[in-house]
Amino acid sequence: MSAWEDRLAERAGGLTRQVRSRTGGLGDKWRGLPNEARIGIGLLGVVLLYLLPYTADYSFFGFLRPKNSDFVGVLFYPIAIYVLVAVGLNIVVGETGLLDLGYVAFFAVGAYTTGILTSLHASVPWILLLPIGLIVALIAGVLLGTPTLRLRGDYLAIVTLGFGEMIRITANNVHWLGDARGISSIPKPPNIRLFGHTFLRFKRLDATADYRLALTLIIIVVIASRTLERSRIGRYWTAIREDEDAAELMGVPTFQYKLWAFATGAALGGLSGVLYAGRVNFISPDSFPLELSILFLAAVVLGGAGNLPGVILGAVVVGYVPERFRFLQERRVMFFGIALVLMMIFRPQGLLPRKVRGSRTYAGDGTAGSLSPPGAPT
Amino acid sequence: MSDLLRLENLTMKFGGVTALDDVSFAVREGEIAGLIGPNGAGKTTVFNVITGVYKPTLGAVMFDGVSLAGRKKFEITRRGIARTFQNIRLFSEMTALENVMVAASAHHRTTLPEALLRLPRARREEHDGYDRAMELLNFMGIAGRANQAARNLPYGDQRRLEIARAMATTPKLLLLDEPAAGFNPAEKRALAGLIRAIRDRGLTILLIEHDMSLVMSVCENINVLDFGKRIAEGLPEEIRSDPKVIEAYLGAPAVEAGS
Repeated sequence: MSAWEDRLAERAGGLTRQVRSRTGGLGDKWRGLPNEARIGIGLLGVVLLYLLPYTADYSFFGFLRPKNSDFVGVLFYPIAIYVLVAVGLNIVVGETGLLDLGYVAFFAVGAYTTGILTSLHASVPWILLLPIGLIVALIAGVLLGTPTLRLRGDYLAIVTLGFGEMIRITANNVHWLGDARGISSIPKPPNIRLFGHTFLRFKRLDATADYRLALTLIIIVVIASRTLERSRIGRYWTAIREDEDAAELMGVPTFQYKLWAFATGAALGGLSGVLYAGRVNFISPDSFPLELSILFLAAVVLGGAGNLPGVILGAVVVGYVPERFRFLQERRVMFFGIALVLMMIFRPQGLLPRKVRGSRTYAGDGTAGSLSPPGAPT
Repeated sequence: MSDLLRLENLTMKFGGVTALDDVSFAVREGEIAGLIGPNGAGKTTVFNVITGVYKPTLGAVMFDGVSLAGRKKFEITRRGIARTFQNIRLFSEMTALENVMVAASAHHRTTLPEALLRLPRARREEHDGYDRAMELLNFMGIAGRANQAARNLPYGDQRRLEIARAMATTPKLLLLDEPAAGFNPAEKRALAGLIRAIRDRGLTILLIEHDMSLVMSVCENINVLDFGKRIAEGLPEEIRSDPKVIEAYLGAPAVEAGS
């Protein structure tokens, strides 16, 4: 870095320190709260998220709304979809450290599976596509991962980049897949009724139900991802990211676990694709450009690869900010680019970087307390 | 005592360089064996061949009566050989505890779906891994650092953590690659005691070390490598006075070299 960059970085560092002293280490305070309080606040936050579409009805919340666009629609796509995709990609890139530049391929696999099975060649009920799309993408992940995960770093990145393009170009040229005309009339998701009450009523113009379904899936996926992170599986993934050779010599079948990570990430990408297709009604190869892969990756890296809250924040920012600044028209892309470059200079670790986590899972469960010496953190 | 590990005529060539030249020796069960030699003699290469990092050009590694040829690295670890690294290779962003728990699940069988649903086996193995990891951190005297990131540990504790991590795979044979590098004399003495304590837990140890006082005080049998060849084997006293070993380390006396 040149001298002025150093000086700028120093300034920015001072600024973040100031902000941190204002917020007083919010993260530490949060971790210091008792479990019940954290669950309570978390539930309240979730309820507010479910209510978020209603803010569109009140001018008070006008500052949230992008000009001339449908706020609820934006909440669903790009925001919610980006979050779901980013959580999946985080497993691959953030936790396991496998650079995937073609993640849009799995998103496309999910969407095309939906298009083919619900509209183009069959009329399977949309709801069944959630598991089917997930499994098809998972299989695609295994098929791509088996030959390529023997490569490392840059080489893996290049191969995945190629795969992303292959899927798009194949869809463009194969008649059975609808070629360049794409697939239209994909049915909307069925209304979801429980106990005689309709919980989610899917409409063409109003995305409220789609958003809530996506939010529900996000919550499930985040909890699942957290659970895995804190298990043997998650530790193996992190160990592979930290030092693949050392991990293998400590008994980790690294190839197998990289494949698991890749397939899990692919499955979540596929799931996002199913949701997306159910909302947009029409998909074509142009819906899945290379830029989307880059944006997904930007969301993960910008937020803080390997840290779930960071990754979610990153996806919200990458999804929301360009929509909010739509009035800048094409210039917004340039500003977005500048913002990314500045981020990488001043805060390369992301907005909310990952911290080494203690084994909080065990706090107070008394299983091995006697083994730790007095005063040792458990 | 029977041979736990037998190296049979190992030759390792990298292109035109012969790193190991027809090396054979055995490590008996329950002993603390030493592997010494000047820099570049091929000591770490021996470790890399034993643990499957390199495939030997010729020869075989027999462990517990079975050949390790063609086995994957993690399989060799699961069969009971664990090692530390000359240049520390911890999982630096993980806590000390997590580092050891990774290795402690070498014999666990929890699959992804089981971990996801927290089924009984996942929970049982999680507790087992945690208990064993804490016990080992305690044994190495670094339990107080369990929740610190490995990279933030003081150097000496990182070395100890590497040993704890290797032991967590429940090996029969522990390969230590210069564990005393960078230690002061007091720490070296403590390490000698620790190595004996590890052996007393039923492990066999093969030790690479440059510090002669440490090697001479803990090892029961020493093999000496020089330029990829095994030049001597014997008790510490024999090695100390072996002219070939002295020559390898100090060079040939000027008079003889001239004659």
